[in-house]
Amino acid sequence: MRTMASVAIQPGLFTEAPNPRLLAGHCGDCGERHFPAADFCPYCGAAEISTAKVGGTGTLYLHTVVNAAPPGYVGPVPYGFGLVDLPEGLRVVSRLTADDLHALASGMAMRLKVDTLFRDDDGNDVVSWAYEPDEGAT
Amino acid sequence: MSLRPVYVRGVGIHPFGRFDDKDVTQLGQHAVRSALAEAEVGRGDFQSAFCGTVYTGVAAGHKVLTSLGLSGVPIVNVEAGCASGGAALSLGVSQVASGQCDTVLVFGMEKMPRGIIRSSFFPPWCEKAGLTPAPAYFALRARRLMLESDVTREQLAQVSVKNHRNGVDNPFAMYRKPFTIEQVLESKMVCDPLTLFMLCSPNEGAACVVLGAEPGPTGPPVKVLASVVRSHLPGSALGEHTPMSGLVADDPPGPTERAAAAAFEQAGIGPEDLDLTEVQDTDSGREILSVEELGLCPRGTGGRFVADGTGERAGRLPVNPSGGLLSKGEPLGASALGQIVELTWQLRGTAERRQIPGARTALGHTVGRGANASVTLLQR
Repeated sequence: MRTMASVAIQPGLFTEAPNPRLLAGHCGDCGERHFPAADFCPYCGAAEISTAKVGGTGTLYLHTVVNAAPPGYVGPVPYGFGLVDLPEGLRVVSRLTADDLHALASGMAMRLKVDTLFRDDDGNDVVSWAYEPDEGAT
Repeated sequence: MSLRPVYVRGVGIHPFGRFDDKDVTQLGQHAVRSALAEAEVGRGDFQSAFCGTVYTGVAAGHKVLTSLGLSGVPIVNVEAGCASGGAALSLGVSQVASGQCDTVLVFGMEKMPRGIIRSSFFPPWCEKAGLTPAPAYFALRARRLMLESDVTREQLAQVSVKNHRNGVDNPFAMYRKPFTIEQVLESKMVCDPLTLFMLCSPNEGAACVVLGAEPGPTGPPVKVLASVVRSHLPGSALGEHTPMSGLVADDPPGPTERAAAAAFEQAGIGPEDLDLTEVQDTDSGREILSVEELGLCPRGTGGRFVADGTGERAGRLPVNPSGGLLSKGEPLGASALGQIVELTWQLRGTAERRQIPGARTALGHTVGRGANASVTLLQR
């Protein structure tokens, strides 16, 4: 029997479920964080970049709903899209999932998940990060 | 270094729209030939040429000038996203102002693919993950205006209604049909809060400006007071450079704010001196944001600026009396120079039914991918 594998859309973006984190870059020179982690700091150009695990939870800043698949996208539609503020000070662009996308609202508590985008030709589930409402947040 | 004054010697435009029977070189030829004829500048009478374009490919400007028997001078093709034409203009202006050239040809053209703009900017995984659609970014900026500037859906629609009504009088525009607020709100929802009629269409067209150290033969002299391009600073997740992240705390001034500040300083004037403006209105929220970023109204009051009619053609400071990109469509490389053509006509008093009476000082603005923003100030 074939084993179904889960493949990240791009390596180095996030850690696996069940408690995923985004892999941000942390500049050893100016101290700013950025995502995805790059070879050089986008704030000061320094090359001393380490990896920081961030964004298990966050707060929704802005959102919209994408109703038709944009060019190159092969995941499900409609889908949520927005900016999530992380406790580590980063504001990240993200897909958003929710039972009711129209119930998303600025200020909502969100949690990071690893989400299946599509199944590739080899039968692997291709996954990316997304944020969803954090029902357990108080 | 003392700089010379720079004049718009002549202008030419190919209408913006869809032209299946013409290739992009033919669109460019039309605009260049019109502008050279109006400027009474012959094929050997300019010393350099700058061509703004994004999607045209190798040696785009060279192909236009070669086909017109005009090659030999330096021809530089300029890509700066939506500000490509503005970037080409700023290079031309600096060459004339510095005395390197007496006459410079600046043109821009585009034949955009249909549908949502697809760009080589993002790595393929971002497209696959759904993180790239331009209207979604526009929608987030519009929603930020709703949160922070009390902008309403009706005001977003009102911008579109104004520009489409203005476009009825523009023979160079793609859409010349008026809409009601209800029609705009009820058109297809693309990315909440933006509906289809709140978004401009990528399309085709060309525009050309001949710059000179002396005024041209047509109409009262129109002087370029400033032609400025700025890019972005790091930190803003919602900036037009569309990074995947920014900072919660730090929201630095965007390229439009920085280009406007530099242009006003260079020209020695302020927003209060303007008689009319043509600003980036890729979507109706973008026009409101542009108005705020350019300093045409205080930050956070863009909604009121729309509601009280300040930007209407009969208002205190008309915004996009041409119909803007919402009615003209957006051929990236040509859009900024299309604004300069329109503003030149306005300052000469020849904008026909679109004319703002007595217009003397005008601003043109584009902003987009890169990020790049251009701000141009013209005065009669």
